[in-house]
Amino acid sequence: MAGAKEIRTKIKSIKSTQKITKAMEMVAASKMRKAQERMRAARPYASKIRNVISHLAHAHTEYRSPGLIEREVKRVGLIVISTDRGLCGGLNTNLFKATIAAMQQWRGQGVEVDLCTIGTKAFQFFRRLKGNVVAHVAHLGDAPRFEDVLGPVKVMADAFTEGRVDAVHLVYNEFVNTMTQKPRIEQLVPITAEVKDTAPQHRWDYIYEPDPKELIELLLRRYGESVVYQSLVENVACEMAARMVAMKSASDNAGALIDELQLIYNKARQASITQELSEIVGGAAAV
Amino acid sequence: MAMTLHVDIVSAEKELFSGPVEMVTAPGELGELGILPRHSQLLTRLKPGQVRLQLQGGEEQLFYVSGGMLEVQPHVVTILSDTAERARDLDEVAAQTAKQRAEQVIADSRSEFDFARAKAELAEAIAQLQTIEKMRRLRKSG
Repeated sequence: MAGAKEIRTKIKSIKSTQKITKAMEMVAASKMRKAQERMRAARPYASKIRNVISHLAHAHTEYRSPGLIEREVKRVGLIVISTDRGLCGGLNTNLFKATIAAMQQWRGQGVEVDLCTIGTKAFQFFRRLKGNVVAHVAHLGDAPRFEDVLGPVKVMADAFTEGRVDAVHLVYNEFVNTMTQKPRIEQLVPITAEVKDTAPQHRWDYIYEPDPKELIELLLRRYGESVVYQSLVENVACEMAARMVAMKSASDNAGALIDELQLIYNKARQASITQELSEIVGGAAAV
Repeated sequence: MAMTLHVDIVSAEKELFSGPVEMVTAPGELGELGILPRHSQLLTRLKPGQVRLQLQGGEEQLFYVSGGMLEVQPHVVTILSDTAERARDLDEVAAQTAKQRAEQVIADSRSEFDFARAKAELAEAIAQLQTIEKMRRLRKSG
């Protein structure tokens, strides 16, 4: 019976792969729930600080921060948030595609791009593309802490205040629902009209204690950090959702493959039995 | 009924309080601040300390903040609390490590990037082997 043993071992190996993908699916599902909770918990801060910034943009402040004024863009900073590990479907690939499209558009306008990568996947990808990676953090785990984003944000914020880059953008995956994650590119600084346009218009200014410049810069820094943190948490939720879906389809595919192989195996077995029988019958007839 | 103002206390990782109060007392950097409704717009930094909320009906609620910012609008007070005790130069150190990590990984040829390339090469080699095997089988049967 030719090949029967081979088919059997193949079925066995696919079955063990299926076990792994099933386990990964369940792990990803429970991690996703936690990540979603964290995402929700981070939202109030982000929306509140957004409010304050929009108030600030409308206040007639005595000090105008460079973070509030659009200037001519010659070089942009790009913070790319990706996952550390693979096996999450096309999540990173889609994100990088969107990033590359944006980068190409900038290049077309003669704008240089400085990259800051969060997560190993982004780093590996842009390293291979010979992108100019100025900062990199990775291995933040499934529950990133607020402190984790301080480094990359500081690098970009310093580049912005020193005039080395004229705008800072952020790329991450937006969590739409479990099945859909959308790559998003967002401008961090200068603060865009979209963020500014939510407050009523009238002339007023804050009382500052102690110094307006310091306070406004601090506020803008916190704003950047909170947006990056929020995106990071959202990206983790996306990663888990994408991994769950990818692993589910992998398990399903493994099941289909096993069925197919089982059928081939049964046919082969039957054929060999028939052959044996006919050989016996033939032998008996010869005697 | 006494006038109230809306207070939101949030930290980066969660919302701590949201609701109407009669008075807020917060540890401003230049001294303790008491804020009543219709206070003029104010922006200040907070020191680590206690935020006291006087709720409607005289009840009091206390929160500990480890620094942060306070924004006052006539009827809304927003307290953006920092999550953890932040040393002044913590950001600096983090920024340095982020930069160094990028440089290090770029310089070090046996790092994660090479691992990725090796993986790609391995996948290529496996694909080639598979094709060779297939061709051999074809030749055998044919």
